[in-house]
Amino acid sequence: MSHPISRSVRRKDAVDKAAGKCMYLSDLYPSAPLYGRCFYSSIARGRIVSRKLPPLPEGYWIVGASDIPGKNSLHMLIEDWPVFADTHVRYLGQIIYLVVGPDKQKILEILEAIEVEYEEETPCYTLEESAALVGGAQHGEDNVYTRYDINLGDIVEPFKKAARVLENEYYTGYQEHVYMEPQSMYGEWLDDSFVLHASAQCPYYIRKSLKGALGMDPEKIRVIQTATGGAFGGKEHFPDVLAGPLAVAVYKIRKPVKIVLDRKEDLAYTVKRHPSAVHFRTALDSDGNILAHDIDLRLDGGAFASCSAVVLARAVFTIGNVYNIPHIRVCGRAYCTNKPPSDAFRGFGAPQAVFAMESHMNYLACETGTDPLEYRQPYLFKQGDVTITEGRVHEKVLLPEMTERILEMSGYREKHEEYKNIPGKGIGLSYFLHGCGFTGNGERDLIKARIYLKKNEEDRVFIYGSNVEMGQGLMTTFCKVASRALDIPFDQVEYVQPDTAVVPDSGPTVASRSISVVGFLVQKAAEKLKDQWVSGQAQEIIQDYEPPEGLVEWDQDALKGDAYPAYSWGINVIEVEVDPVTCEVDTKGVWGVYDVGVPIDRQIVEGQINGGMVQALGYSHLEKLECRNGRFSQATMADYIIPTSMDFPSTQSDILDNPFEYGAFGAKGAGEMVFDGAAPAFTAAVSQAVDAVIDEIPVLPETIMELTDEGQ
Amino acid sequence: MKDNKIEFRVNGETRIYEGDPLRRLLDVLREDLGLTGPKDGCGEGECGACSILLDGEVVNSCLIPVGTIQGQEVLTVEGLNETDQGKCIVEAYADAGAVQCGFCIPGMVMATEALLRKNPSPDEAAVRKAISGNLCRCTGYDQIVDAVLMAADRGKGLW
Repeated sequence: MSHPISRSVRRKDAVDKAAGKCMYLSDLYPSAPLYGRCFYSSIARGRIVSRKLPPLPEGYWIVGASDIPGKNSLHMLIEDWPVFADTHVRYLGQIIYLVVGPDKQKILEILEAIEVEYEEETPCYTLEESAALVGGAQHGEDNVYTRYDINLGDIVEPFKKAARVLENEYYTGYQEHVYMEPQSMYGEWLDDSFVLHASAQCPYYIRKSLKGALGMDPEKIRVIQTATGGAFGGKEHFPDVLAGPLAVAVYKIRKPVKIVLDRKEDLAYTVKRHPSAVHFRTALDSDGNILAHDIDLRLDGGAFASCSAVVLARAVFTIGNVYNIPHIRVCGRAYCTNKPPSDAFRGFGAPQAVFAMESHMNYLACETGTDPLEYRQPYLFKQGDVTITEGRVHEKVLLPEMTERILEMSGYREKHEEYKNIPGKGIGLSYFLHGCGFTGNGERDLIKARIYLKKNEEDRVFIYGSNVEMGQGLMTTFCKVASRALDIPFDQVEYVQPDTAVVPDSGPTVASRSISVVGFLVQKAAEKLKDQWVSGQAQEIIQDYEPPEGLVEWDQDALKGDAYPAYSWGINVIEVEVDPVTCEVDTKGVWGVYDVGVPIDRQIVEGQINGGMVQALGYSHLEKLECRNGRFSQATMADYIIPTSMDFPSTQSDILDNPFEYGAFGAKGAGEMVFDGAAPAFTAAVSQAVDAVIDEIPVLPETIMELTDEGQ
Repeated sequence: MKDNKIEFRVNGETRIYEGDPLRRLLDVLREDLGLTGPKDGCGEGECGACSILLDGEVVNSCLIPVGTIQGQEVLTVEGLNETDQGKCIVEAYADAGAVQCGFCIPGMVMATEALLRKNPSPDEAAVRKAISGNLCRCTGYDQIVDAVLMAADRGKGLW
């Protein structure tokens, strides 16, 4: 039985967006007084030995490291990423200058005329080169940004008594976000303050990142989010990287400057999803049962740390996936390489971990001669089970019901049996979960979210928070939560455009936390306002985060406790046909069944499901992004292929309700989990079709050709 | 570069352009005429966010030098939205849940109008083909397909 809140409403932003009336940053300032364009390093690693700048016409500036009023660093998790490269460059594409002026063509001419001479150093491009400290260590003494170790149970004994030990390694590639609106921002100097308008996920992150560089009181740095045309993690930290040079330029020139990347710059120089390599050793008993896993998980973090530590944390805490295995050792490391930094991307380490675990479960099933679906069943989490960090699965686990539902929808069992005898046809399945909110005590100790709920004298209600609408429907779902808790019409509630001068810090728009964590604050505030409601009177509620009760206390040093208060769950099935001659894969069917607690709006959650699925199928199959000698080979959208409407059939999905006590009306996160499972289901289907083990994505026709040639 | 005088119609109004004939039509629409419905998503004709109708055909306005459209009729989402057909499409997109970040949607709406003018009762395959030149990174296209079919159904007789 669905919760009544799930009944869909028309999104608040839909008509304006469809009619072309919604103003994105470049629409607000179609012709700016001054444009900024970056001068990027042309080598991956080296020392800057000389710079020759052209004479500048009146009204043009070249802004660089020497213009920074404060520190030459952006404050993300740490402060290793400089605003402008000064003495060294660490990746091809690092910003050395910002050229500012009124005419775009003239700016290009100035960029062409800048000469920077480098003394090249030996770059490291791979995890192996980084570990071998090729060219010397660049981060700490070992090039490891972060290392996380997990020791659940004790793997020594199980490996001693194992009847068999199976091992394999799994790889995932880069992925580019391709938000349809490129990175865009506009900065100005107003009332002794730097004011930034930006297409961004985390207004308060930008403010924090600029504080040291500008050497200014954070209250004098104001960040206003503009309508954001897609983000997917690509506008979590990268806006900091453009805002740094822009802020320095505006500080110097005291005039408004606009930066909008063109698509080629955006593809070449912005952050990407972390490539991963995950090695599994598994101890099995004589019946093929899993006794223990020994896992080595490596992420390619690129040239600066950005948020690699947190991505690594999620990858490590998700590597056990939906399985209760009592003995697991994980060594997780994020490495520094001389490539554009890797950063947040929908799923945030979880898709890489889920791909590795699910592919490995298929491998174990295959090697032990067991059906892959049956092989998984004994290990599926149940309520009360111990997680990889010695936390608990607090919620009721609906995996049995979800399994039954997806088998019924997809016909998986029958097809899987039938396709054993039909070359070229295959069907695959995956299980997955996604922890909601920041890891461990992050919400309580680091984020400390706060929202306001204000009512004016006309009894209209306004929600104030720093979480942004970026396509996921936040503006609509937050207003639904408030209107339902207040028992007033949806149209009587509005979400205030995030502006650090106006809204409190309710945290970043990341980590599947918005609806489950901040949405819950909206509900609590609305319940309080309802109790105090006086019609015709202005009223205000301040609501602060309070941690859920009954959790296993998190110990950040030991990495023990509840990594997440709750999980969203999913199962995917993908069916394919592979052309025996061209090795082209035709996806014939796509199914998903999900537990997102309670969907706040069924249509919006279905939009996340469908969009996450297709984006993940692109990741699995189409989106090849290679970094050669520090430069991405795919330079345009004609080379980097994202899915079109013709590539995949419609997604058939269902959602089972399982209310979360500390989520808004029972909601858990949905935006990331829906991405996590498609890749291993897809590769499992292709594996069956071509009768070969696939341990790497993306799976391109040439990969399949090689595999089937080897098979012959 | 020689300046030329170019005359064309935009959303039913005659416009005279004097200036660089190689400027992209997209920039002229956005910067000179304030029509920001067409978006600049890639600048190379791959994404379709800048789609407009030129003499009834859907084109990427980022690939059209303004000097080549002498005497032609341009329709942008702003103009389309003034018509019953445009309103029908926009409402269907809103009701079908086809809009997420929205950046690609004005272009999608133009591709929808172009399809429905030629084929007022398309099936799913025809819809998928018609919008295949317009990239969307949010929706996975399913609800956009629903929206186009909904518009065709609701707008019977309009096209």
